[in-house]
Amino acid sequence: MLPLFVAIPLGIGFLLPLIEEFRERTKLFAVTVLLETGLLLALSLVKFGEKSIYRMGGWPPPIGINYVLDGLSSLVLVVISGIAFVTTLFAMTYMSEYENLGKFYGLFSLMLAGMYGVALTGDVFNMYVYLEVAAISSYALVGFNRGPEELEASFKYLIMGAVGSVFILLGIAMLYGSVGSLNIADISVRVSEVADQSFILLSTALFIVGFGLKAAFIPFHSWLPDAHSSAPTPISAMLSGVLIKVLGVYALSRLLFNGLNLPNLAPQILTWIGAGSMFIGGVIALGQEDLKRLLAYSSISQMGYITLGLGMGGIFISQGKPAIATLALIGGVFHLVNHATYKSLLFLFSGGVERIFGTRDLSKIGGITRISPVSGATGTIGTLSISGLPPFNGFWSKLVIVIAAIWGGLYPIAGIVLFTSAITLAYYLKVQRDLFMGDVVGEIVEKGKISPGIYVPLLILALCCIGLGLLYLPEFRGVVLKPAALALQEGSEYTKLVLGL
Amino acid sequence: MLTYLLAFILFAIGLYSVINKRNLIKIIMGIIIMEHAVNAFLILIGYRVSGEAPILEKGMTVTEFVNSAMDPLPQALVITSIVIGLGVVALMVALAVRLYQHYGTFDITEIRKLRG
Repeated sequence: MLPLFVAIPLGIGFLLPLIEEFRERTKLFAVTVLLETGLLLALSLVKFGEKSIYRMGGWPPPIGINYVLDGLSSLVLVVISGIAFVTTLFAMTYMSEYENLGKFYGLFSLMLAGMYGVALTGDVFNMYVYLEVAAISSYALVGFNRGPEELEASFKYLIMGAVGSVFILLGIAMLYGSVGSLNIADISVRVSEVADQSFILLSTALFIVGFGLKAAFIPFHSWLPDAHSSAPTPISAMLSGVLIKVLGVYALSRLLFNGLNLPNLAPQILTWIGAGSMFIGGVIALGQEDLKRLLAYSSISQMGYITLGLGMGGIFISQGKPAIATLALIGGVFHLVNHATYKSLLFLFSGGVERIFGTRDLSKIGGITRISPVSGATGTIGTLSISGLPPFNGFWSKLVIVIAAIWGGLYPIAGIVLFTSAITLAYYLKVQRDLFMGDVVGEIVEKGKISPGIYVPLLILALCCIGLGLLYLPEFRGVVLKPAALALQEGSEYTKLVLGL
Repeated sequence: MLTYLLAFILFAIGLYSVINKRNLIKIIMGIIIMEHAVNAFLILIGYRVSGEAPILEKGMTVTEFVNSAMDPLPQALVITSIVIGLGVVALMVALAVRLYQHYGTFDITEIRKLRG
């Protein structure tokens, strides 16, 4: 069953541009991709919580490539499929006036195939290949509108992404040179037996830089605001909601936690990079006037929370405090799920706003609640969740991260988290004031365009934002989030699952 | 050891070119140089002085094979990575051509509508 996750989107991704040669403007593309993502969502929900591995070509793991489904990857699969499904639903209406839809949906499917591959694979080089599949299709999608700004953003993203990929490949080469294996589970067995640990540390540093470029940690972030604000709206939602998480944080933590058994200093570096991204991203977001750029900087800041949670988990594991480590990892994973829902909600919402006013400049528009009450309400729910107000989901994951930081004795980190929450609240209050409240400001270009096709996906995501807060309850947390955290924490379980030792 | 170092110097030259050059084409060439430095490094990992092609011939025991053959895995990786590099370079050049059509220049400092 596992290869279907890669095979279906890969096949459809190559099929749609072919069909376009014969029939140019047709609903067929959107419907196909909607069915595809719906099927994959159903499949990932059926497979949820299962632990299994798939051996490609029947070769046993250290030799052949294998797909691994454990607590973390099954959660990530559900997140990818869910967001992809809602985004496709939105794109059906939103993108219907664009040209070259076959290529759009084809690239979209290829991006999905790459992300599923990264989430499932248990082999380092295979992970690199899937990562490139997802990344190259996203470069092309960012420049899809082919205007000067889109092309510039795409080129910038492409250069930074290519440098990141080269760093990752060099890291993989160095790891293979010193450990002699590419299978993540096999690496974790062999890595402690290597006499000279300096090459392991060097490849860890290369991985942090490479995946950091993909995940837009703060010194490497400059491509993200351009790329995420220039892409077509459904793609912005996919990039910010899922792609940077899967390609950046998920792949990095899989390698560091399960493969390299947390090399020295790596968790500390992750924690402080996370804290830095969180704080600086938030401060820059304060000064933004363009709604999509504000959301993009806020993505950098929120990615910081996720990285921080995972990094703290690593610190507590190496300090021998497993209970608090689990809590911190749960916080990171929980925030990953939450951020995927509300950031895609907000990006889709910003697409709706652009449809109404024809601009995204916050100083020139306002009063969205008067024009379209439903999308105004969903946007409000999104901003409230991301600013971390109870009872929405963003509050609970931030709470878990702060509690873990305080119990573990990392008071400065807890302080930064709380302070950044205040900054986040500040810039979303600005959005509230400028965009939602008060009278209608600005010219309304296309009022009739807010059709059910636009606001139904927003409503689904808004309901998720409210509902996912329930994951904080111990009953749900134990089923959904804890297996994901333990998959990172118990490296030996992963090895046992793959190698069958 | 010297050969490894040369691969790293090549890598550093590519990185320098990506960071310091203003011309789009030179930046693209920097990326290509970096990719090939890594490919060379991968090949060097599997290289062995007076090693043979990794083919198990008739009458060869496994120990003989292990003692004489080169490591085939990095070579397989390099082929994959060259193909991926080809795709990336093709996309980069296509974008550069499009940018040239819009702006009439390859100078990165003049192509600056976005703030970063």
